[in-house]
Order: sequence, then structure tokens, then C-alpha cells
Amino acid sequence: MISFLASRLAFAGLVLLVLSAFVFFLFFVAPGDPARLLTGEKATEAQVAQVRANLGLDRPIHEQYLSFLGRTVQGDLGFSYRNQQPVTKLISNRMPATISLGIGAVLMWLALGIPIGIMSARHPGSWRDRMGQGFILVGVSFPTFVLGMALLYLLYFMPRQAGFTLFPAGGYKPFLADPLIWAWHMFLPWVTLALTTAAIYARLTRGEMLAVMGEDYIRTARAKGLSEHKVVLKHGFRSILTPLTTQLGADIAAVLGGAIVTEQVFGLQGIGSLAVQAVGNQDRPIIIGVVLLAGFFIVVANIMVDLLYVLLDPRVRNAH
Amino acid sequence: MAILEARNLNIAIPTGDGLVHAAQNVSFSVEAGELFGIAGESGSGKSVLAQAILGLLPTAEISGEIWFEGRDLLTLGPRDLQKLRGARIAMISQDPLSCLHPYYTIGSQISEAILTHKHIGKAAAKRETIEVLAKVGIAAPDERFSHYPHQFSGGMRQRVMIAMAVALNPALLIADEPTTALDVTVQAQIVELLDAMRRELGTAVMMITHDLGLLASVADHVMVMYAGNRMEIGRRSAVLAAPAHPYTAGLLASSPSNHAPGSPLTSIAGQPPSLLARPSGCAFAPRCAQVMPICSLERPPERAFADGSHSICWRESKAPAPMAPVVRQTSKQAASVATDDPIVTVRDLRFGYPSGGPFSKRAGVEILKGISLTLERGRTLGIVGESGCGKSTLARVIAGLVPASSGVIEIAGQDIAGLDAAQWHSLRKTVQLVFQDPFGSLNPRRRVGSIIGDPFRIHGVASGAERHKRVRDLMATVGLNPEHYNRFPSEFSGGQRQRIGIARALALNPSLIIYDEPVSALDVSIQAQVLNLIRALQKELGLSYLFISHDLAVVRHVSDEIAVMKEGRIVEMGDADQIYTTPQHPYTKSLLAASNPLPRLEGAS
Repeated sequence: MISFLASRLAFAGLVLLVLSAFVFFLFFVAPGDPARLLTGEKATEAQVAQVRANLGLDRPIHEQYLSFLGRTVQGDLGFSYRNQQPVTKLISNRMPATISLGIGAVLMWLALGIPIGIMSARHPGSWRDRMGQGFILVGVSFPTFVLGMALLYLLYFMPRQAGFTLFPAGGYKPFLADPLIWAWHMFLPWVTLALTTAAIYARLTRGEMLAVMGEDYIRTARAKGLSEHKVVLKHGFRSILTPLTTQLGADIAAVLGGAIVTEQVFGLQGIGSLAVQAVGNQDRPIIIGVVLLAGFFIVVANIMVDLLYVLLDPRVRNAH
Repeated sequence: MAILEARNLNIAIPTGDGLVHAAQNVSFSVEAGELFGIAGESGSGKSVLAQAILGLLPTAEISGEIWFEGRDLLTLGPRDLQKLRGARIAMISQDPLSCLHPYYTIGSQISEAILTHKHIGKAAAKRETIEVLAKVGIAAPDERFSHYPHQFSGGMRQRVMIAMAVALNPALLIADEPTTALDVTVQAQIVELLDAMRRELGTAVMMITHDLGLLASVADHVMVMYAGNRMEIGRRSAVLAAPAHPYTAGLLASSPSNHAPGSPLTSIAGQPPSLLARPSGCAFAPRCAQVMPICSLERPPERAFADGSHSICWRESKAPAPMAPVVRQTSKQAASVATDDPIVTVRDLRFGYPSGGPFSKRAGVEILKGISLTLERGRTLGIVGESGCGKSTLARVIAGLVPASSGVIEIAGQDIAGLDAAQWHSLRKTVQLVFQDPFGSLNPRRRVGSIIGDPFRIHGVASGAERHKRVRDLMATVGLNPEHYNRFPSEFSGGQRQRIGIARALALNPSLIIYDEPVSALDVSIQAQVLNLIRALQKELGLSYLFISHDLAVVRHVSDEIAVMKEGRIVEMGDADQIYTTPQHPYTKSLLAASNPLPRLEGAS
């Protein structure tokens, strides 16, 4: 168990190292000059060179990368080119909005997607299944930004036209200041992110449940005289926790790395919008910081999923 | 007193292809405490009956009556049926691994059944569970209570299933192929346990199986199903010793244990029919040896015989024993030419998986622990053993699919260890394999013609029209219709697919064919057809066979010599008759004792 964890952690470190090198060199070969962008059109060549030297961009790339690595392992991701703020501080300022969005959306898509998937799978071909499948089709094919815009139009703009405020247009209000205001502001972003993802979870749940309900041990559970409710939830659903966990791990990591579209639509100052701004400004330290953060979440999520397998599946438990 | 009585049961299951008529006008009754056997091949509708009784076929159209403890089960609502399931009618089925939930301990799964029907506390349910586990022969039941299904062997899992089934002392236990997935020595123990449970608890057992030998040893009454029809029903002694229906007689005759070793088996020609159509006459008419013109026109009447058995047949008398081909040979050596020229010599062969590396706790596993054997040209060596004994690994090592850890394998005098790529290529022509699963071992997306033609293509032997012709010849040789050249494997039945596998193996005129459980996935009547083909091909083409099976009767039937394997070693090897009649090793004796020979048919010579 310990050696398993140690090897997974070592591998995670390697993944992050490769990722950092990849992003670093990608920006080096990409067109565009951050120094020129910072100094502006009118600056002279000498001024630009001065800025470039200040940023350390005149040194050979391997030197730049090594000093970057040295700083990173000490927890220093450098400073933003644009406003000289530490990247770690910028990121930690943005985390609350992203985490708020993530937690609510995850709960909402699970609460929506899993029951729809189970309902669909219990009576394949029935009208309920067709409704479930309709939800899946619409949800999967709806672009997030269209859904976000539509919700804004229906629940913010139209009530405003009628003279009252049903939901705010967006923005982030801290949870600690007032949880109700926080939830009220987060509601539309949650729904936007949750609806499309819920469709994916409904599809996954439906498919896995259909397969599991054909298993012999489900017949055994029925032959025992269990109620259909227990057969479906205790024996059927229990078995699909493993694939659901796999999917959920990856999805949570992806949201924490920045739900770019949703954050943009609702003006949430989260990681995703930070990344978008940084790309526009060619603010390399921020971009690398955000990519590393997203990568970190993904490797951590994968390790968590592997640990959960041990809890969920006694066969895995005994193998270790 | 009958505790279960089915009257004129018709079951139709809607599928994508149409209505499957899984049971047609089936009536039977099960007496309290008896063992009632239902026999039939796959697709005969026997398992569907069990599920209909338990009310587990929600989409099926069912008509008729099923009386159980004074109530017609077909009129009960889902709640009433649910109360009966597990409490009054319990069920165990074929594969005890897939029937137990992998994520719950066996104790909690049994307790769950008890708690569903009894209003007692968890601790009391646990006590009852431990009691019933002890009753079915699980050692240290209080410790085993919290173990998971994967920590049990196949036989132990089936004991757990039986414990779950008898925990609430039901009046009826439906056992659907309870021993099919188990090794032969374990099978005997499970049947013994079922028998003991019904005697001790007075539970009637409805045993569904394809294995007539099994029913012959334990059943009180036997019902024979074919294509959803009840062909014959009666006392075990009547049905199995003096069958009334030609189908029963044919099934009994197909079994190798009713034949002199090496003689052609009496097979039932053709394939079981589709259940989508309801034939106007007798369902068995197209395959029946005693068919009369009326058989395929009108449904046959039910006939009662003096010994109490009933059959549906147009014949007025009992089926004659179809024993025509039984010609006892004094010696099988007449059939196969013995020479002093070994095709395979294996000396002290070892094979194992190494440990998982210096950092792993996984120890190395040795699967073959010093095997030595010799197979003469033109003869058949049967290798028999239970699952996990290493017999399939031996086949793969001899075929050169995996390298041996140590030891010598010589094929046609050539040591295969030192071969280069080109020599391997030519050796492939000499040694061919036929696998167990005729469904999994053929690529479903390729046409049969190209599957059989592969060896010609790979070895550059024949191409174009020449290859086409040779493939068609091969198909004819193994009894396939050459017209079906362009069909896909899914369009063939199990027996036909195994013929495809054999045709492919024959393509390059090999000297040695290794059969790995070639008939164990096939029904008895089909098995006989394939075994006959295998024998005939050997005589015709002078082939040498290595024939691997868990089924002693089958191995004895085809083999000149038999090697008995246990835990990676050959414990006994010798002439087939000698192994069968005067086994020396205790393991061979227990294998023989555990197999269920059929009763000898009356009139068999």
C-alpha cells in the first residue's frame, strides 16, 4: 500500500515535470514577444530590450527553464509580467470563485445525472427511458456558452425588463460574507455547468446500469426476495460506483483547473478567466502557473481515484 | 403431494427478432421433498421455466397455471411473489462467481436474505448465517462470514449459494445447472450436499441440467425438454433406462459413455430449431431418426406408458434403442496405426511465471512441474485433469505459443528450443491447435472462407482460385456446406464453428493437432457429431492428436493413451482402457468415481 502510494506520487511528480517543460518550451517557440507587448507599440528597441532583460527573457532558454524549476520547487511561480504580482497570490485570489463553482456544479450534476441515468436504465425503451435519453441528447449537444447566455436572458434579463431581479448577472460574492448571497450569485453558473455535465453522467450511469442489471448477481438479489428498490440501489448502483468515481475524479480536476466558458459568461473571477486574460496578455508566468495547477489537480485526482478503488472494490483491496 | 404443479404452461419472450416460444404447453408436478430433474440442451427452454416460476420474466407473455402451496403464481402480484422468493422458493444457478455480488461479504449477502423475510435483529441473522454456513460444510464459518466471494474456490462459492438458498428453509429449491461450472470431483460433492439438504430439510429440489448422467444418479423424476416442448416425463428409471421418446434415446446414445471407446458415436443429426417459429408438427421431426410423414404435419399426441412415463410422439411404442453403430472392437490399435516414430517427445518440461521483481511480494508460480510424455505418430494422447492443473498451459507450451522455462520439447525429432524464425514458420505447418470456445476463437468480422484460408495465405501456399477451391474442399471435409464460404461466424451454430476451427487447423496438412477442450462448449448431441468427425479425420489423414479435456468419458472415447494431470504433474499415464479399468493413482480413482456414468440402455449390445 505504502509502496503503491510512493510510486504513484513519484509518477505524478514526473508528469508535472514533463508538463512544465512542455508548456515552457511551447511558449518559447510560439510567435509573439511579451516584452514588446508590455512596452507598447511606441517603445524604442532599446526600451524593449531593457524590459526583456528585466524579465530575464534574454537568457538562453535552458537557463530560463532551470531557474524557473528552481523557483517552482520552492513554491514560487514568479511574477506576472503585467502587474508584477506574485503568480501564487493571483491564483490563490482566484481559487474561491473556482472552488465555489466546482462544488455546487458537481453536486448538482450528480444529483441530476445519476437519477436520470438510473431511471432510464430501469425500464429500457419505456417513455421514461426516452425522456432520459432526450435529456442526454440535448444536454450533450448544448454548448455551455449558449446555455449560459440563454439562462442569463431568461432569468436575469427578462425579469429585469419586467422590473425585478430574479438572479444577478454574475460576479462572485464571498461565501463567508453571506452564504445566501453567495449561493444566489452562484446559482446560474452552477446550473450552466451542471446541466451539460449531468447529461454525460446520465449517459454513463444508464450504460453502466444496463450492463450491471444483466449480471447474474442481480438475479440472485431478486431471487432472494429483495424489493426492486434494494435490487437497483444496493446491488446494482453499488457496482457502478467504480466507473462513476473514475469519471468524477477527472471532471472535478478539470473544473478546478478552470471552467473557462462558464467563468467568462458569468464574469466570475476564477482560474479559468485568469487563464484567458493571461493568454491575451502573453503573461507567461501566469499561464504556466495555471497549467501546472490544472495538471496538479489531475494527478491528485487520479491518485485519489486509485485510493477510492481500494475502498470500493474488495478485490483490489486484497491484491495490495 | 405435489408442492409445485405447472399446467399447460406457455411462455413467449419478446425479443428484437420476434417472439421466442420458450415453453409450449408444458405440464409437470414436483412432489414435496423429491428431486425433480429437467434435462435439455441449450435453448430448450429449461432455464426459462425456472425464471417463470420465480416471476423473474416481467416482459414475457405467460399463459397456463403454476400452482404452489395452494396459489397460482401467475395470478400473484409482484409484492406477493417477492415474499415467496427466497423464503418459499429459492434458486441457485450455474456460475457461483457471477451469482454472488463481488463487493459484499458472503455473510452479509446471506444475512440480507434472512433479514428480508424474518423480523429479527442483525446479530441473530448473523448467528443463523453462521449456522447455515456450517451446515453446508464451510469450515470456520464465523471467520468466513466476513470474506468476499473472490476469496472462495468455485465449489465453496456454490456451497455459499446453497447456504443462501436453504437459509430460510424453502419448500422448493430450483437448481439451474448447479454443477456445470465446477470440476468433476467438486460436482459430486455439490450434488451430494444438495441431496443431503433436501433429505434433512425436506426441500424439494428442481434440478435443471444438460447432464443426463447427473440426473441418472440422483433424480426421482425426469422431464426432458426440447425446443420448449416437454418431450417426455416420468420416473428416472423409466425415462433414462427405457426412453419413450426418440429424442431422449438419441441424447442418451450420443454420450460417449454408452459406446465402446473409439467406435463412432450415435449422433443426432442437424441443429436444434429456432424458437421463433412454432412448427405445425413435432419440433424434433427434422432431426428424428424414426420420423414418419405425419410428424411434421400435426402436433403429436401425448402417450402414457405402463411404467408411468408420458411422451409426446406419434410413435405408439417406446423408442427403439438406437444402438446400430455399436460395434465393440477388441482393440483400438486396429483403428490407429502405432509406430515407433514419436511425433512429440517432452522431457522434464517446466513452465512458470517469475516473481514480480525484487520489490514485489508476489512469489513466482510454477504451473508445469516436470512433464514428460511421448506421442507416437498416428495416435491420440488424451490429457485429462481439472481446471488449474496446467493442461491448457501444456498445450500452449507444446504448440510453441509460450516458451518453456526448462526442459526439452521435440516435435518430429526437432528440438523446438533452438529454432530460428524460419524454422518456426515451417514448424507451424506441422502443429495446429483447435480451441475450446468456438465463439471467442473466431474473428466475428471476417468471413469463414478467409478464416479457413488464412493458413494458405500466411504460408504462401495457395492463392486466388486455388485457395478458394482448397478452402471449399476443407469445408466439405469437415461437413460444412461449401456454399457458406462467404458467411460470418455468427451465422453458424456452436458445432459448426468448431468445424470451422478444425478446418482451419487441417489446412496445411499438419502431422499434429492439439485439441484444447474442443467439445466442452457444445451440447451432447452436437458433441457426438464433432467427436465422430475428429475420429474420422484421424483415420483418413493419419493425424496425431493431443486431446485435452476435463471430461473423462470424452477423453477415453478418443484416446489410445491417457495422461492424468494434477497440479502441474502427470500423476498417471498409460493405455486408455487400463487407466479406465484399473486406475492406480488415488486421484485417477477419485476422478473416475466422481464422473456420472449413464445407465446402460436396455438393448445396448
